[in-house]
Amino acid sequence: MIETRGLSKRFQDKKRGEIRAVDSVSFTCKPGQIYGLLGANGAGKTTTLRMLATILEPSDGTAIVCGHDVIEEPEKVRANVGFLSTATALYPRLTAQEMVEYFGQLNGIFGVELKKRVDEIFSCLDMNTFRDRRCDKLSTGMKQKTSIARTLIHDPQVMIFDEPTLGLDTMTARTIIEFIRECRQRGKTVIFSTHVMSEVEKLCDVIGIIHNGKLLAEGPLPELRRNYSENDLEEIFVKVVGPHCASAEA
Amino acid sequence: MNLQAIGVIYRKELTEWVRDRRTLISTVVVPLLLFPVLILGFSYLAVRLVGQAQKEIPSVMIIGGEDSPGVVAALQKVDTLKIVPYSADWKNQISEKIIRAAVEIPQGFQTSLDTNEDKTVTIYFYEGEIKSSFGAEHIEKSLKDYRDQVVKDRLAARSLAASILTPFEIKQQNVAPPEKVSGATVGGFIGYLVILLCMTGAMYPAIDLTAGEKERGTMETILSSPVSRVNLVLGKFLLVLSAALATAALSVLSMGISFAGMKHFNTSVQSGRGEAAALVLQLGPKPVLLIFAMALPLAVFFAAALMTIALFAKTYKEAQSYLTPMTFVVVIPAVASLLPGVELTPKLALVPILSNSLVCKEIIAGTYHWNSIALIFGSTCLYAAIALFLAVKMFQREDVLFRS
Repeated sequence: MIETRGLSKRFQDKKRGEIRAVDSVSFTCKPGQIYGLLGANGAGKTTTLRMLATILEPSDGTAIVCGHDVIEEPEKVRANVGFLSTATALYPRLTAQEMVEYFGQLNGIFGVELKKRVDEIFSCLDMNTFRDRRCDKLSTGMKQKTSIARTLIHDPQVMIFDEPTLGLDTMTARTIIEFIRECRQRGKTVIFSTHVMSEVEKLCDVIGIIHNGKLLAEGPLPELRRNYSENDLEEIFVKVVGPHCASAEA
Repeated sequence: MNLQAIGVIYRKELTEWVRDRRTLISTVVVPLLLFPVLILGFSYLAVRLVGQAQKEIPSVMIIGGEDSPGVVAALQKVDTLKIVPYSADWKNQISEKIIRAAVEIPQGFQTSLDTNEDKTVTIYFYEGEIKSSFGAEHIEKSLKDYRDQVVKDRLAARSLAASILTPFEIKQQNVAPPEKVSGATVGGFIGYLVILLCMTGAMYPAIDLTAGEKERGTMETILSSPVSRVNLVLGKFLLVLSAALATAALSVLSMGISFAGMKHFNTSVQSGRGEAAALVLQLGPKPVLLIFAMALPLAVFFAAALMTIALFAKTYKEAQSYLTPMTFVVVIPAVASLLPGVELTPKLALVPILSNSLVCKEIIAGTYHWNSIALIFGSTCLYAAIALFLAVKMFQREDVLFRS
């Protein structure tokens, strides 16, 4: 379960002064549900997800992840979260198995238990053929599988995906989409950011449209269709974001 | 602080470090191969060149001397000189290395000897050119021998003993023990190298584990794990520290082997360096352990300071441009300790790097001023603690970790 309460993040920029990257964002994401955070580049998606993964600390507001406050108990939050993004690369000089084992150990899993978990995940993701290959020698698809294995090793209850298919080929992107679906089936709480409308339509139970750090609209896709009298998600997105773009330009 | 987590991070960083050819070259290969190649190669070359120069009988020219057959005959008699016929372009011939030196006998030289007048004989040579210097030395020695003979003849003519001019002999005798002599000659150099190599050994891992992680995109990966940032910094820091100490230890070992090998080349060269090198090998475990004990807080200081600075950078290249000038910051005080007359004082004991270099010099010389050693160790520990504190703080700054 994820619950954000007025989550905000401000940055100081020498030229532009104070920037509100995320501005009082509040939403709830329940177990067995995929929450899609939809927004253009620079809308505040990554910052929001980084705050949920406690990589960044909120300036105002807070979030509760699996019953733990992101400000008060960041390490407990991270122990319950699997975070995957295009920016979370692999260590090039470790093998796929060493990479996954390392994250298992960082999560306090050692010995027989760690070996059992690694074997299970490698079999499940069909990774045994390249388990001893160094990460810098893996193909993009193999790397993505290793990243997925890395996020799953401690069996987290919450999965956070920040534009996980960005720059990937169709087949690799499909692997990721399948994996996100499986997470929902296993009852995990999933939050997923993207600017690709088709992915949101395919996957998300609840959609939040974010722009200039503000959550402008939220709800299941049928509800958004009703509210904005549009069938196509792209048209809904334009209707939600358009007036704010115009006011910003004015 | 979670020791288990620090251990996990350290082991992983060590695995990656051992597999990284770039850092391995700077930490292991360079110190192990560079010193023997440089020291032995240089010594071999120096011995060969000096030996060849010494073996050569220099061609020299006599300018004037037509009215002074005595001195000319004396010079011609010397078998370490080859007298060539006079030529008006003798200056040019010295510059062109056709002849090694020339000696000018002033007009009326022989007569002036008989009338006890003062005359000056001038030797011309090519300064900085070793064979020319040897030629000039041979001429000077021959002239001094001739002068001594003239003095003896004059004294004999007056029925005076030769000892009248030397009522007593003077000789210099070293009373400092061998280790003190070696400390004075190469002690500062050893300290300087240990300090410099501690820094260079720490530099590449410090960059790789901070800016390198940012550039490769693994920083966000590790920050998403439950490990706390304090444990993360300490695990990384321990690896950088290990690299610094390993580089310094391997370098000293390599230097020892090189100096031992250098003894073979010392037989034909009477150089202080060769003798001192032999003395270094007599160093017992006490000074060696003490030097490393003194290097430990300094290595901590370097590891933490370099990590702090490198973390600011977004890329490996940017970090290199920040840290390269740091080499000068370290080299200058270390070199200052090698200057003659720079001695360890209570004030200098508080200057990092310089004090460590000076104390190394004293330790190798067998001088143990325990108060100074304690003061330097304590002050360096304090600087190291401050640097480590800053490194931990820096890892908690989002604007540094996610600088864009």
